[in-house]
Amino acid sequence: MTEVISEKLPTTRQTPFDPPPELARIRDQAAISRLKFADGHLGWLVTGHHQVREVLGSPKFTNDPAEHHLLEVRFQGEVPKERRRIKPGMFLNQDPPDHTRLRRMLQGQFTVRRMNQLSEWIGTIVDDQLEHLRSFGGRADLVQEFALPVPSLVICALLGVDYDERHRFQEDTAKLLSLNSTFEEAMAAMERIEAFMRELIARKKADPGDDMISDLLATGEPTDEEASNMAMLLLLAGHETTANMLGLGTFTLLRHPDQLKILRDEPDVVDNAVEELMRYLSIIHFGPVRTATEDVEIDGHLIKAGDTVVMHVPAANRDPEKFPGNPEELDLRRPATGHVAFGHGIHQCLGQQLARIEMRIAFAKLFQAFPDLRLDTAPEDVPLRTDMGIYGVHALPVAWSS
Amino acid sequence: MKISVDQAKCCGSGMCVLTDPDLFDQNDEDGTVVLLEEHPDAAHEASAKEAAGLCPAGAITIS
Ligand code: HEM
Ligand code: SF4
Repeated sequence: MTEVISEKLPTTRQTPFDPPPELARIRDQAAISRLKFADGHLGWLVTGHHQVREVLGSPKFTNDPAEHHLLEVRFQGEVPKERRRIKPGMFLNQDPPDHTRLRRMLQGQFTVRRMNQLSEWIGTIVDDQLEHLRSFGGRADLVQEFALPVPSLVICALLGVDYDERHRFQEDTAKLLSLNSTFEEAMAAMERIEAFMRELIARKKADPGDDMISDLLATGEPTDEEASNMAMLLLLAGHETTANMLGLGTFTLLRHPDQLKILRDEPDVVDNAVEELMRYLSIIHFGPVRTATEDVEIDGHLIKAGDTVVMHVPAANRDPEKFPGNPEELDLRRPATGHVAFGHGIHQCLGQQLARIEMRIAFAKLFQAFPDLRLDTAPEDVPLRTDMGIYGVHALPVAWSS
Repeated sequence: MKISVDQAKCCGSGMCVLTDPDLFDQNDEDGTVVLLEEHPDAAHEASAKEAAGLCPAGAITIS
């Protein structure tokens, strides 16, 4: 087998909704290929759907950031390992048994049944936000007035964070995710968010409320440091991703009028439409990343202990072997389940059932409330989040007349 | 057809419940899978297989 080697991960998009075209070419040649890292490490790039699932499902990989070789795209040069060590409670980066112990403290709060019970409440949040949008007359920025507030309001209320305090984490989250931030800037932003979370934990201990953080503290299971980092993970993971799916998803639908018509004419399509939008857009530029903790064979390739592997979710979500026919096209009626936009394996998104409900309700109600919603700028002028760790649109100027 | 679930492996993703709530549920305490039907009838065999294939933790086996 001849090896395909990329000197650098392709990150330049040619169109707003598609991953860089090189990825499809790499995937067609080799679903598992080699990739050079900033420090010269020769690691791996996984672009096939089945292969991404195999790595993410294997217990022989870790997501400990201190173990990962770094890609040049984020931080230049070598960042000292001790600055990248795991924060206890950031279970996204932890391995079993710690990961299992911590995730289980929260799993009961995110079950399908619990999330379905929130539908009505989320519906009123969405309705209120649509009314707010309408108050702008006939044009507004959908991101600032709808896509970002809805998931932020939801996660703040669930966690028991005062929404009026969002400035204490929203701008810093943006700094943390900005590819233009230096390592020092990102760390400073992280430290400010951490201070806010520690303060929040102390407040909830003194004065518990009817919210997830108070419930978590009431179990007495996590240490204060763990509780604080768990809350931070939920807060950060809980609003940016969903917000960007709503913003970019709306942009996508407005640019695919035939598909939008299907969603309008057949309301029952919405559940599948959300899966298809997740498949088609993926929302993360690339990743997740893992490092092998022992030698492991994946699809005929020997991945050595210490090798870092970059999974490419957007490429995997357009793998014709998994999504036959026209995987590059948006098709709201296609069977899209099985996409890996929420990851795979033990770290698969804890908030996925919440995100699904939020997106279903938000897309359905948005296009019901604004039947003639349209783009209020040239499509090429929509500012894309190519400079952020999570993709999407920075703003989406929209207009309506009724 | 027989379904078996392994609570120790389960990571509470809810994918099985989303796929077929007649066959699977989740425990309120820790979100792990609860099997409702060990022997699905013919109408549920396809979704049982689909759930096993989707499970991110490999916690569902079909025999
Ligand atoms: C459309 C919205 C969302 C997308 C695309 C998304 C995507 C992801 C992905 C890909 C992972 C796996 C990362 C990895 O394996 O390294 C993940 C993990 C996670 N997500 Fe989400 N997510 C979304 C919404 C949410 C929401 C609303 C919450 C919380 C309320 C949330 C909480 C988490 C947590 C806690 C983890 C870590 C799970 C673990 O390590 O066990 N996410 N998410
Ligand atoms: S799909 Fe698998 S991991 Fe998810 S709840 Fe069901 S059994 Fe558990």
